[in-house]
Amino acid sequence: MEKFGFYIIPIVLAIIVLIGIFKKVPIFEEFLNGASEGINSAFSIAPSLIGLITAVTMLKASGTFDVISSFLCPIANLIKIPPEIIPLAILKPISGSGSIALLDNILKNFGPDEKISRLASLISGSTETTFYTLTVYFGAVNIKKTRHAVPSAIIADITAIVISAILINLF
Amino acid sequence: MILISIFCAFLTGKVNSLSNAIISGTSESVKFIISIIGMMAFWTGIMKIAEKSGITNFLSKCLSPIIKIIFPEIKSDGKSSNAICMNIAANLLGLGNAATPFGIKAMKELQKSNIADKTTATNSMIMFIVINTASLQLIPTLLCTLRQKYGAENPFDILIYIWITSIVSLIFGILSAKIFEKLEVKK
Repeated sequence: MEKFGFYIIPIVLAIIVLIGIFKKVPIFEEFLNGASEGINSAFSIAPSLIGLITAVTMLKASGTFDVISSFLCPIANLIKIPPEIIPLAILKPISGSGSIALLDNILKNFGPDEKISRLASLISGSTETTFYTLTVYFGAVNIKKTRHAVPSAIIADITAIVISAILINLF
Repeated sequence: MILISIFCAFLTGKVNSLSNAIISGTSESVKFIISIIGMMAFWTGIMKIAEKSGITNFLSKCLSPIIKIIFPEIKSDGKSSNAICMNIAANLLGLGNAATPFGIKAMKELQKSNIADKTTATNSMIMFIVINTASLQLIPTLLCTLRQKYGAENPFDILIYIWITSIVSLIFGILSAKIFEKLEVKK
């Protein structure tokens, strides 16, 4: 089962190419067409991405999140989230690799079948690197006024964290 | 964002690591861009094949009833809904790396139909991003691998909880986006 993930990409590729051959699409030519489009759009989004990703990295290094997390401790207590989880819940929206490192740590220190590890796994499985996604997608098309995108995305994340806590405490 | 981080760095005395972050942040972003150029080119190339052979059309037809409800402003047979469908499909399968190029393509298509103001996000764009940040995934491979590494009895036993949580948070995200839309119209 855990190997399943590795098979998906080759299988999807094979299906697409096979159907292409079946439908008599000039496969390599179309691939080149699409690929050059892809390179162009990657370059066109580069400048805004450099600015935005740097800003997010700065935010991460500046300790802003430590300040936020000290504010969140009392609230987390209310819904029975242990303090060890808070950094994970805050880091997850910003940095995928950073939160994986934290999760790895929790699993190692507490053992994977403990409540706290299950909660950590659940939170990291059901939230996404929200700010990263926002940055990349809005940066790609140069959107500056994001309107209600940030609040909505944060509401979704908070919901995920609260539901995780409830589910783990119930079962 | 930059100003907030500078302010906080002075407050917490982490100016040193902030300067490092400027250097590492820029190089990290270049690394990110280089790493997506390959994927972008490869997957848009594959996408072209899929498009020409009618696979994407078929997929978006299957998903179009749902897309119509969530994105009332886009045409269900257009390029943007194709890209959105492929992005959602890739996300569901856990192909995060493949989902990003489709997502960027979808945003570009949505931007084309953004007539009013090119710097302001449209409702469809916001909805699309909210869906993307809710992390719908059938099998979070990495998570299960990690749990197995430390000898979990059953690394997959939390999958069902993850599905429940993802779906509920997705619904909340979509609802909140819709509510914000309505509130804005009233103003």
